[in-house]
Amino acid sequence: MKDVQLEKPGDFDAWRSAARRLLAGGVAPEEVGWRVGSAGASLFGEGSLPRSGAPVNLPRELIEVAERVICHRDADVPARLYRIIWRAAHDKQLLARGADPDIDWLRKADKAIRRDVHKMHAFVRFRRLGEEAGRECFVAWFEPSHRIIPLAAPFFQRRFFGMDWAIVTPDARAIWRNETLTYGPGGSRDEVPDTDVVEEQWRTYYGAIFNPARVKINAMRAEMPKKYWRNLPEAEDIAALVAGAEARAERMREAAVSLANPLTEKWRKPVPEDDAPDDVTTLEALARAVDRCKRCPLHCSATQGVAGEGPKRARIMLVGEQPGDQEDLQGRPFVGPAGQLLDGALAEAGLDRRQLYLTNAVKHFKFTPRGKRRLHENPSAGEIDACRWWLDKERALVKPDLIITLGASALRGVTGKSLSIKSMRGTVHPLESGGQLIATIHPSFLLRMPDKLRAASEREAFVADLACARDLAA
Amino acid sequence: MSAKPILEKLAILADAAKYDASCASSGTVKRDSTGTRGIGSTEGMGICHSYAPDGRCISLLKILLTNFCVYDCRFCINRASSNVERARFSPAEVVRLTLDFYKRNYIEGLFLSSGIIRSEDYTMEQLVEVARLLREEHRFQGYIHLKTIAGADPGLVALAGIYADRLSTNVELPTEAGLTSFAPEKRPETIRKTMASVRVGESGAIEAAKGRLIGKARPPRFAPAGQSTQMIVGADAARDDDILKTATNLYSAYQLRRVYYSAYSPIPDASSDLPPLRPPLMREHRLYQADWLLRFYGFERTEILEGAKDGMLDLAIDPKLAWALQRREIFPVDINRAPRELLLRVPGLGTRAVDRIVAARRLGRLRLGDLARFTASVKKLLPFIVTPDWRPGSLTDSAELRARFAPPAEQLALAL
Repeated sequence: MKDVQLEKPGDFDAWRSAARRLLAGGVAPEEVGWRVGSAGASLFGEGSLPRSGAPVNLPRELIEVAERVICHRDADVPARLYRIIWRAAHDKQLLARGADPDIDWLRKADKAIRRDVHKMHAFVRFRRLGEEAGRECFVAWFEPSHRIIPLAAPFFQRRFFGMDWAIVTPDARAIWRNETLTYGPGGSRDEVPDTDVVEEQWRTYYGAIFNPARVKINAMRAEMPKKYWRNLPEAEDIAALVAGAEARAERMREAAVSLANPLTEKWRKPVPEDDAPDDVTTLEALARAVDRCKRCPLHCSATQGVAGEGPKRARIMLVGEQPGDQEDLQGRPFVGPAGQLLDGALAEAGLDRRQLYLTNAVKHFKFTPRGKRRLHENPSAGEIDACRWWLDKERALVKPDLIITLGASALRGVTGKSLSIKSMRGTVHPLESGGQLIATIHPSFLLRMPDKLRAASEREAFVADLACARDLAA
Repeated sequence: MSAKPILEKLAILADAAKYDASCASSGTVKRDSTGTRGIGSTEGMGICHSYAPDGRCISLLKILLTNFCVYDCRFCINRASSNVERARFSPAEVVRLTLDFYKRNYIEGLFLSSGIIRSEDYTMEQLVEVARLLREEHRFQGYIHLKTIAGADPGLVALAGIYADRLSTNVELPTEAGLTSFAPEKRPETIRKTMASVRVGESGAIEAAKGRLIGKARPPRFAPAGQSTQMIVGADAARDDDILKTATNLYSAYQLRRVYYSAYSPIPDASSDLPPLRPPLMREHRLYQADWLLRFYGFERTEILEGAKDGMLDLAIDPKLAWALQRREIFPVDINRAPRELLLRVPGLGTRAVDRIVAARRLGRLRLGDLARFTASVKKLLPFIVTPDWRPGSLTDSAELRARFAPPAEQLALAL
């Protein structure tokens, strides 16, 4: 039997160096007796061990967990940890064995420590001591469940770099002064002032933010156990707040509804008129009217109605299907991936986007939500037909010589008929309302093509259609 | 008005802010005060510094800049026609309170909202000014959540995103009909546009970050904790189905981090057209559970409402269990062989338990006794799982299965 004497409880370095040597010496956990306290001067009692041995590789995660769990107050922690690293040295998968009793204990102990640290970060309450050389000084008294000061203090350093502070606990203290963190012995509550000038404000806030209509005391106590209450200034008010809650809530429910505040009419913002007829005499007014459109249910989910964009006297009008995700967010047509592809194709065909009027057959984005994305959905014939009212107004205002339809929906939007692009493509069609029509594919069709070679040849055909339009309008 | 002492203003403006459910301070970037030599840090995971007796966490100083408001939303205590006492903080007072509270470790930061005064733009400017003062004049590195005022200029929203960790725009009511009748000045499309401008700001910041490889200047981070919203539950006639439909749309369109569901709570001096009821807390709870199923468990909205009556979730049992009872042909599933996606559908298994089961079963078959190490509710699992030493037999299809889980009738009455 080897006796190991650790001078201080919760000292990870001492435990680690002892454990290392025991491990190197091949000492099984059953053969070690761990003791804590400053009884003996030497680390090892009876049997001597090699000063050092071949290093044993352990998973990094295990070392990190052990560094936390050593702070646990249970007396058998050093022994249990040694048994676990002994087993881990012989079983590489040990940590993943969630059903193993040792690992189960380790996880629970680690969880308890991390929770204790987290609660310390949350529930320390500083009180102001004064100011020294332009730096404010604060001090707090806290009683953690375990010996976690070294685990919890670095957080306060990161957070309160610009002030001096000390946290005193029964076991140890942490002091941040002159931009240096030091540790010292435990202390007592008397070292910390009884109150702080801001506490009255804090307690006022605590009382006011509480909603008496939804008392859930158990939910509060689960997260803020009573053991912490004695060091929380606001906790003094809990009893009174709970006692008065039902009466306050009842008063709220029963209070007669009072007359409207006489100042209401003076303050109130006039409610915008919704039923004003749409002004469609200019493109600008039309864009505003499109945004308010409720002719079909698509407006319910989309961000905004996206009208066309371009010069009033554009010779060529480009009609797409509907706004996509980016168009819907930005309120402009053809700014998403398909728009970028279109820009490239236009440039190649020798067309200047700024000279064209770009719009869509349907003005609101139709989609299916899927997690954090919106999947494009084809508009129905009914939706295209409902939206034709707007497209016709745009056509009447712009009076283009040539309309290029991109995709089947655009073709239906312009012609009112379900025609196949294949049958229409490659010829120039006269339009009843005047002007001509060229039908081609939608650029998103190219984006969706998995076959790169085919996509390249399709893109060439697309650019050729645009070039043909350029020649026609020239 | 300015003569009101700070304590009185604080009581009024915190009371006015408490109907906003969110108090989260998580999800932002890691930063601390080492470089600035000031104060403040964020660690990714938020901290709840206290809990009120309503069980809600107090993480941020959650206040309104003012509760004067030109809007007249029926469900809101601060509506123009309400007789509630009014107050207004100056930006400097909010800054002072935030720093005083922060230095004493009461809070993670500030959640600032406001009634609408003068105009949407003016109000937004005031909120942004508080955040600017904290960040620029006081080198404050803590968490800031700003309410974005629907309809405010996108330029102001972009500025808010530079100072704040999180932005939120409340949709208030899940349906357009509800909003039209209860919040006449608000328009759902205005709210959605404001959310869109936050998302556009966000993606702009991501693009800028990508360009950093060649550029010199560090791009301004934009609201690193993203945006969230809140819907009031139980004030209007919207069903759970409507609520979840709106939520899924919002998650997908604006990549919200969170949608908060807030049980409508009677307010003093209530408007006469609202129910003076106890807040439907259980309904709120079920909606949160459903929201989690949507986001972390691979459920579709339609699945969650499969067995629902009139588009409402079952109040007596949780939505995953309700779904499982509808789809018993899928169960029991083999704990040692079922894919992760299927384990996630087992009532009583959370995401963490599933991950640990998947890791542990690689090293050896799991028996029933082992499961207690992964979940607290082995009893709940029994009808739905198979292990080498357990088969539920006819239990899975038993007609009494629902009764086994549903609380006795009198408790149900209490929940309503």
